[in-house]
Amino acid sequence: MSSLESIVIIARLTLREAFRRRLLWALVGLTIVIIALTWWGFSRIADVSPVTGPVEMLAVSQVLVMLAFMFSFVLAMTAVFAASPAIGPEIESGLLLAILARPIRRSEVLLGRWLGLAVILVGYAIVAGYLEVGAVGVATGYLPTDPAIAPLYLAGEALVLLTLAMAFSTRIASVAGGAIAVVAYGLAWMAGVMGGVGEAFNSDVLRGAGVVSRLILPSDVLWRGAAGALTPTEDVLRGGGVASPALYKFSPFSGSAPDPVWLAWCLVWIVGALAIGIVLLRRREV
Amino acid sequence: MSSTALGRAEGPTRAPATDELAIETRELRKEFGRIVALAGLTMTVPRGEVFGFLGPNGAGKTTAVKLLLGLSRPSAGEGSVLGAPLGDVATRRRVGYLPELFRYQGWMTAREVLGLHCELARLPRADWDREVSGALDLVGLAQRSDDRTGTFSKGMQQRLGLGVAFLGRPELVVLDEPTSALDPVGRQDVRRIIASLRDRGVSVFLNSHLLTEVERVCDRVAIVDHGRVVAQLAMADLQREQGTRIRVSGIDGLAEHVAARYGPARVEGEWLNVDAIAEADVPALVRDLVERGGAVHAVVPMRHSLEERFMSLLGVDGPDAAKAPDAADAADAAEPASTDLKATR
Repeated sequence: MSSLESIVIIARLTLREAFRRRLLWALVGLTIVIIALTWWGFSRIADVSPVTGPVEMLAVSQVLVMLAFMFSFVLAMTAVFAASPAIGPEIESGLLLAILARPIRRSEVLLGRWLGLAVILVGYAIVAGYLEVGAVGVATGYLPTDPAIAPLYLAGEALVLLTLAMAFSTRIASVAGGAIAVVAYGLAWMAGVMGGVGEAFNSDVLRGAGVVSRLILPSDVLWRGAAGALTPTEDVLRGGGVASPALYKFSPFSGSAPDPVWLAWCLVWIVGALAIGIVLLRRREV
Repeated sequence: MSSTALGRAEGPTRAPATDELAIETRELRKEFGRIVALAGLTMTVPRGEVFGFLGPNGAGKTTAVKLLLGLSRPSAGEGSVLGAPLGDVATRRRVGYLPELFRYQGWMTAREVLGLHCELARLPRADWDREVSGALDLVGLAQRSDDRTGTFSKGMQQRLGLGVAFLGRPELVVLDEPTSALDPVGRQDVRRIIASLRDRGVSVFLNSHLLTEVERVCDRVAIVDHGRVVAQLAMADLQREQGTRIRVSGIDGLAEHVAARYGPARVEGEWLNVDAIAEADVPALVRDLVERGGAVHAVVPMRHSLEERFMSLLGVDGPDAAKAPDAADAADAAEPASTDLKATR
C-alpha cells in the first residue's frame, strides 16, 4: 500500500467520524446562527448610521476585526480540541492497536489524521469566513482592504494550532496537551501585540519578544495578516481621523500582510512540527 | 519437568527450516527503562499449528505479541514472522490480530469496522462484501451487523475483533486472550473457529491465561516466565504422559511395591497412583494386585494436565486436583470452569 493511499484512508476515516459525530453539523449550525446575527447586527448599525464616510467605515472595520478575532479563536479552539485526542488517547484506549497492526505506518496514521482535520478546518474557515465578510458587505456596503485573503490567513492559523495539538497528542494526555496548546496560542497573541507595540515605539526588546514568539509559534503571523486584510485602506483611515495609518497597523485590532519570509516560516514550522510529531509517535510504546 | 523431558517434547529432532516457521525469535529482549519485560525470548512456531503462549501475569506475553506484530521495537535480539523480519510492514497483510485490549470505532457499525479493515488490509474491493459477510457469520454477529459497535457488549466487541482478525484469509492469526470477555458458548465458538483455521493450514498464535482453552485447541505450547520461554512442548507428548489411579484395599504396604514395576508409584489413602504406565500394562497391574490379595474397587485413567505441567515449571505447588481426570471425560461434561492463571501468582 502506498503511503498516500494509507494517508487518504485515515483522512477519510477522520472525515467520516467528524460527520458521524456531528462535529461538522454543529459547526455549520453555529456558523449559520453567527452569520445571521452578524448580518442583523451590522444592518442595525447601518440603519442607525449609514456607512457612507470614512469614520463609519473605520468603526465598522473595528467591529469586523473583533468578529474575525472571535472567529479565529473558535477556529483555534476547534483545531486544538479536535487534534488533542487524535492520537494518544486512541492508543491508550486500544483503538489504534488494531489499525497499527495493519500494513500502515505510524507516520501515515498521524498524517492521515492531520489531513482529515485540516480539510475540515480549512473548509470551515474559508466557507464561514467568506460568508461573514459577505454578510458585513451586504449589510453595510463596507469592503475591507483584501477581503479575499483574510479567510485564508485564518485557515492557516487554524492549521498551525492543529499541528501543534497533533504533535502534543502523540505524547501528552489530551487534556494537558489541549490546555498547553490553548495557553501557547494566547501567549503568542499577547506576544504579537507586544511585538507590535515594540515596532510602533521602536523598542528592540519588545520587537525581539514578538519575533521570538513568532518563531516558536507563528499563529500570530497569520492572525495579523487576517486582521490587516480586514483593515480599511489608508485613505479611509486618514479620513476617519487616524493620524498615522502606519502606527495603526500595530494596534491589536489591525495588522498588515506578513512578509513572505514569515509565511515561508509558517510552512516550515508546520512541516517541522509534523515531523517532530511523527518521530515522537514512532518512539512511543503502544 | 526436566529440561531433558522438555527437549523430547519439542518433537522431531530436525529443526524446521525457516520457511516452515510462522514465527521465530532469538534472544528477543524488551526493556522499559529499568524494567525488563522480555529477558531473551527464543522460540519457534511451525506453520499450520495452533501454538499456545502461556505464562503468569507480567511474564511478558503481551509485550512479545506486540514485538511480533511490529507494534513495539525490541531492545535486542531478532526474529521473523512468516519469513520476514520483525516489524516488516508488508507482512502485516498476511497476519490477523485480536488485541488483548480490543476496542473499535463506537460510531461505526460492525459491518463498517470490518469494511475499514478490508481497506486497511488492502483486500481487493470486489472481495469486501464476501469477506465482511463471512466474518460476520463466522463470529455470530450477522444479526447485529448494522448496529453501532458502541452499543455492543464486551463479548460482542471481542467477537467483532475476532472477525477483524480473520479477514482476508491471513496466514497467521495472533489472538491475545481471545476469550477473555466471552461466555461459555462464545468460548466454544472460538475453539471451533480455531479448529477450522488449523484445518485451512492457518497458523494460530494463542496468547492466553486459560489453560483449559489452550489444552483443548493447541498443538504446541510455550510457557514463558520472567520474559523467557521455560518450556516448549507438544500437546500430543503431554497427553501421552498418562498415569493410572487404582483404588485398592487389603494389600497394605505391598501396593506401592507391586506397582513400582510398571512406573513411579505412590499411595495416597486408598488410592494407588502410578505415573507413566503404558495403557496396555494396566490389566497386568490389576491382576498382580489381585493375585497378592488386593481388592480393586476402581481404576481411573489419568493424564498430566497442562495446569500440572505449568505449575511444575513455574515452581508453584499445585493441588492434588492438578492431576485431572482423562480429558475425554472432562470434554464430555459440561463446560468446565477454566483455570485462570491470573489467580496463580
